[in-house]
Amino acid sequence: MSDMNSATSANTFSIDGQRIAFESGQTILQAALAAGVYIPHLCHHPELKPHGSCKLCTVVVNGRNGSACTQKATPGIEVENNTPALNDRRRVLLQMLFVEGNHFCPGCEKSGNCQLQALAYDLEMLAPHFRHAFPARPVDASHPDVWLDLNRCVMCELCVRASRDLDGKNVFMLAGRGAESRVVINSPSGLLGDSTLTIDDRAAHVCPVGAILPKRVGYAVPIGERQFDAEPISHQVDYLAHRHIPIVPVATQTENS
Amino acid sequence: MNAPSGMPRKLRITTTSLSGCFGCHMSLLDIDERLLELAGLVEFDRSPITDIKHCSQHCDVALIEGGVCNAENVHVLRELRANSKILVALGACAVNGGLPAQRNHLDVGKCLSQAYRTPDGSAAAIPNDPELPLLLDKVYPINEIVRVDYFLPGCPPSGDTIWKFLTDLLTGRTPRIEHPLLKFD
Repeated sequence: MSDMNSATSANTFSIDGQRIAFESGQTILQAALAAGVYIPHLCHHPELKPHGSCKLCTVVVNGRNGSACTQKATPGIEVENNTPALNDRRRVLLQMLFVEGNHFCPGCEKSGNCQLQALAYDLEMLAPHFRHAFPARPVDASHPDVWLDLNRCVMCELCVRASRDLDGKNVFMLAGRGAESRVVINSPSGLLGDSTLTIDDRAAHVCPVGAILPKRVGYAVPIGERQFDAEPISHQVDYLAHRHIPIVPVATQTENS
Repeated sequence: MNAPSGMPRKLRITTTSLSGCFGCHMSLLDIDERLLELAGLVEFDRSPITDIKHCSQHCDVALIEGGVCNAENVHVLRELRANSKILVALGACAVNGGLPAQRNHLDVGKCLSQAYRTPDGSAAAIPNDPELPLLLDKVYPINEIVRVDYFLPGCPPSGDTIWKFLTDLLTGRTPRIEHPLLKFD
């Protein structure tokens, strides 16, 4: 296995002291997930190009901060990931995301399948800490098959990327700057119902939170039996590494293993 | 009451529901037969369980259910904060405003006239008795009014979650709520 030996010396790096093999071109996050190592992340999806906006995957690479989802793995780098200092900062990022929108889990159909919530559980975020903004944001129910509730949007641009890169439609876009940033719809009226989005679009199912939800699904899978109920997200590395944007909504899939 | 010497003093607990639905208190009762064990360790001061109207003496732990939606909630919350060593936000509403906070992007005057208008849609008869506490402009999580020592999210937090928290606290451990007890829904 001389190939193996050369591979381990040339194409490896370390995360928290653990040796990780990688393929040329992989990001730190891709290599970590492939090796079964969990790095918290929200705006990354294995089927889409990295975006680097949520900063939850921030790691320390050779002493400098970097987004694991955008930074390429290179031989010999030393990455700090699961440290109290980094997890404290990740928790603060989550708290800011929670107070910036209107995230009321008890009334949200996404609860249990929500990646934002799962991250907060895993990092033991007990309260949002900051003063709530309670912003006034619209709910768009104009589409026959899809809800758009911007109260829950975290502006990760997964829908933007899925619509542009996978569906070839450009239905969603981020507009405005800073606190005025928001997702807007590419349609004459600005309403989702007048756009070219269909329920078969992957953009209709990629939302990691409850901002874009298929209609008439609701609680078909009850609370308590959902993706992140049985095991915390940090124990679901395989799912995170290999998940596909479902054509059928997650909540209607009955097989659970 | 008159504990034998050598027995530790019972901790005094005070509880209240501000703009809550009493679901968190129901969840406290949902610890079932462990209530008997709890009764051996704590005494309840001001609480809907005892019907004591004001804190009778200094308490060790205050469990606060519900957010702050009116002037009376502010007074109650401040009384419990002033009389307790440890104040706990119990449940989603106390933590982030919860369901009542859904009115926060609406004008409170418009909310009232919508809720109290007569069936034919004409003039609103908004209750205006001096005994009624005035609504605040928004529903606030309790940590935006007073200092909070611990947060226990959930709608409601399960009996097991409350039990884990209370037993951690009573035995001097740092309370820790994690999977699967940590739930926001």
